[in-house]
Amino acid sequence: MKNNVNRELPDDVMNALDYQPYQTTNIGNPDIQRVAPSVHVQTGDDKLVDSIEDVVKATVKDGMTISFHHHFRNGDFVFNKVMRVIIDAGIKNLTLAPSSLTGVMNDMVIEAIKAGTVTNITSSGMRGSLGDFVSHGNLKNPVIFRSHGDRARAIEHGDIKIDVAFLGVPNADKLGNANGMDGKAVFGSLGYALMDAQYANKVVLLTDNLMPYPNTPASIKQTQVDYVVQVDQVGDPDKIGSGATRFTKDPKELKIASTVNDVIVNSPYFKDGFSFQTGSGGAALAVTRYLRQAMIDNKIKASFALGGITKPTTDLLNEGLIDRVMDVQDFDKGAADSMHTNPKQQEIDASWYADPDNKGAMVDQLDVVILSALEIDTKFNVNVMTGSDGVIRGAVGGHQDAATAKLTIISAPLVRGRIATVVPDVTTVVTPGDSIDVLVTEYGIAINPKRKDLQESLGHLAGVPVYTIDELQKMAAAKVGTPKPLEFTDRTVALVEYRDGSVIDAIHEVKD
Amino acid sequence: MAETEERLRRTMMFVPGNNPAMVKDAGIYGADSIMFDLEDAVSMAEKDTARALVYEALKSQDYGNAELVVRINGDDTPYYHNDIKAMVKAGIDVIRLPKTETAEMIKTLEADVLAAEKEFGREEGSTHLMAAIESAKGVLNAPAIAAASDRMIGIALSAEDYTTDMKTHRYPDGAELEFARNMVLHAARAAGIAAFDTVFTNMDDTEGFYRETRYIHQLGFDGKSLVNPRQIAMVNEVYQPTAKEIANAKNVINAIEEARIKGSGVISMNGQMVDRPVVLRAQRVMRLAKASHLVDEEGNTIEK
Repeated sequence: MKNNVNRELPDDVMNALDYQPYQTTNIGNPDIQRVAPSVHVQTGDDKLVDSIEDVVKATVKDGMTISFHHHFRNGDFVFNKVMRVIIDAGIKNLTLAPSSLTGVMNDMVIEAIKAGTVTNITSSGMRGSLGDFVSHGNLKNPVIFRSHGDRARAIEHGDIKIDVAFLGVPNADKLGNANGMDGKAVFGSLGYALMDAQYANKVVLLTDNLMPYPNTPASIKQTQVDYVVQVDQVGDPDKIGSGATRFTKDPKELKIASTVNDVIVNSPYFKDGFSFQTGSGGAALAVTRYLRQAMIDNKIKASFALGGITKPTTDLLNEGLIDRVMDVQDFDKGAADSMHTNPKQQEIDASWYADPDNKGAMVDQLDVVILSALEIDTKFNVNVMTGSDGVIRGAVGGHQDAATAKLTIISAPLVRGRIATVVPDVTTVVTPGDSIDVLVTEYGIAINPKRKDLQESLGHLAGVPVYTIDELQKMAAAKVGTPKPLEFTDRTVALVEYRDGSVIDAIHEVKD
Repeated sequence: MAETEERLRRTMMFVPGNNPAMVKDAGIYGADSIMFDLEDAVSMAEKDTARALVYEALKSQDYGNAELVVRINGDDTPYYHNDIKAMVKAGIDVIRLPKTETAEMIKTLEADVLAAEKEFGREEGSTHLMAAIESAKGVLNAPAIAAASDRMIGIALSAEDYTTDMKTHRYPDGAELEFARNMVLHAARAAGIAAFDTVFTNMDDTEGFYRETRYIHQLGFDGKSLVNPRQIAMVNEVYQPTAKEIANAKNVINAIEEARIKGSGVISMNGQMVDRPVVLRAQRVMRLAKASHLVDEEGNTIEK
């Protein structure tokens, strides 16, 4: 069967897993039923457990779904500690359902797959050796990739039923009141983990910093937690974030960033009270700097900044240029520290951030977002998941969710080295072209023809050449040539869900 | 002078000829001139590959309206003749000779370029020349060098080698370059060609860069050689005319138009006759205003 972005989807897998093909970005107003976790009643006096072994023995059984968060990113110690015990306990057929998988987890996941401990995975993304392993057909069942908002939706729907959530925290008391802001391995917002804490049947906190009871402010609450395990170290603070975030000096990134800023400032959305989301890459940080100056020059303030937060954004908050920061995760220590001191930096969970099946998510209120792309095609479809070799090396993240903003800007170079970014068809559709409004490259911009209003306001900016996306694609091809088509087998190694739970694309095993 | 219509040459951006990524991206920054370097930026081991890379780039890449310049290796090197042949064959706009000390060097280059034009079927005279002045001798011979060939479009001061030759080095106030700058500038103006100031290499000293650029703008240089694309916007900002200058230039242009319609040989404005220098300055202000996106192609002010 084909879906609405013209992707051929594997009938066998689609039917076996009872999936619908992607139709539209429009969520509509359906009535849906959320699920609730089971609760093992206790007074809370016996939650402290001495070892991971004991808690694994008490909670994890063959065939269960277990989860982790990825707020420690590449500084995570919790995932590997827990998975080591689970593999050694000989547990089989688990579904791994973390908020995402970072590089430091790769070796352990591969070992768990080889041992038969893990047979299913759902994640925001995967990279490096694990992406390579999965793309070569080494996991029997297809991986399900979900955006951060879609994971929240799937948990609330019961599509993901988490039996046991293992959540590392830099502080907790003996009953499980915890936050991400105090301790050695701080990461700020617990946004993604809050879903697991709320919906998992069993919630296990792991901490290296046991606080006197009651520990406040509590992001995860004692009413949600079954066990608290003390470990020697939950994470490496140096690898959690990038420390002091430095602005790029790369002239090409600066050129793209300044053009992105021109697009924002000349759009109808740049007015007092606007809202925006940027990512964490070099160009995104540079956009924040240009935008700051434009806001000062035009005497414009933003009502809120959203999403993954960096220090340049919290600096704008402290400067009074942004009124609120709605924070689902923090990319650097500066942003994490700021959450501690500034009450206007609100921790939000993944549902509040981006779940489409909601009574209103933050992304629905978002005016401007700047997103990246590995590839973008002439239908404006974006790939942030598979590389030019067809191998999984990315993450959906909040891409599909934030792309529902009123002005969605993709910032990407026309070509990277000898590889075109603007292509006739992306390898994997992650975010549908219907939600993309403007592509900004170092050569100029392309405006989605569906946005006639933007053609009007952005079509004649001084120093910003406007091309059609077909023209940009041809420019890219003229520079780097046309590569031989990638070769895949018929085997499906992963499905990419759209944020509503339909399937937007399938990823196949690469043929070497 | 090689061209009748004067073109803007505010920024001449150096691009190492051996760096594919930088060669490929050279067109995106809005430099008035792009100078691919085959000389000092390229090690001996990479001379041939850099020449081949720049040749392919000139044949295949679109650099828009930028003037394309190549700095070849000097005639005291084994690369000189191949550099000329490859660049002429590729159809380069301008060949820049490094370490020029005499008018003879330009005349030799002119003959070599003509031979290459004939060999590769390029239009004779289509390849322009410019000279880099990098020594005391070059500075003293600058007037003759600037006037050595009809193909010459400009001369540039290169301060690193020059200050070494003068037994000094560069200072923040630039006093050590005062004589050389004025010689090069006067030589250029007397010959009716462009004058380029030297590079400013400390990217962390933004204030110093602005100070130096304002100074050479005041002297009358056409523009500046640059080592980093981030400097382009800063130079353009210094060369950007003021609103008052633009308004005045528009009045002059209107007066010219009126005189043309009337068929009058005399241009007058507010009852005063407008001299030719005033006309030329007004035209240059309008060119700068257009390039700075302050007015559109018809000369109407663009609202910011």
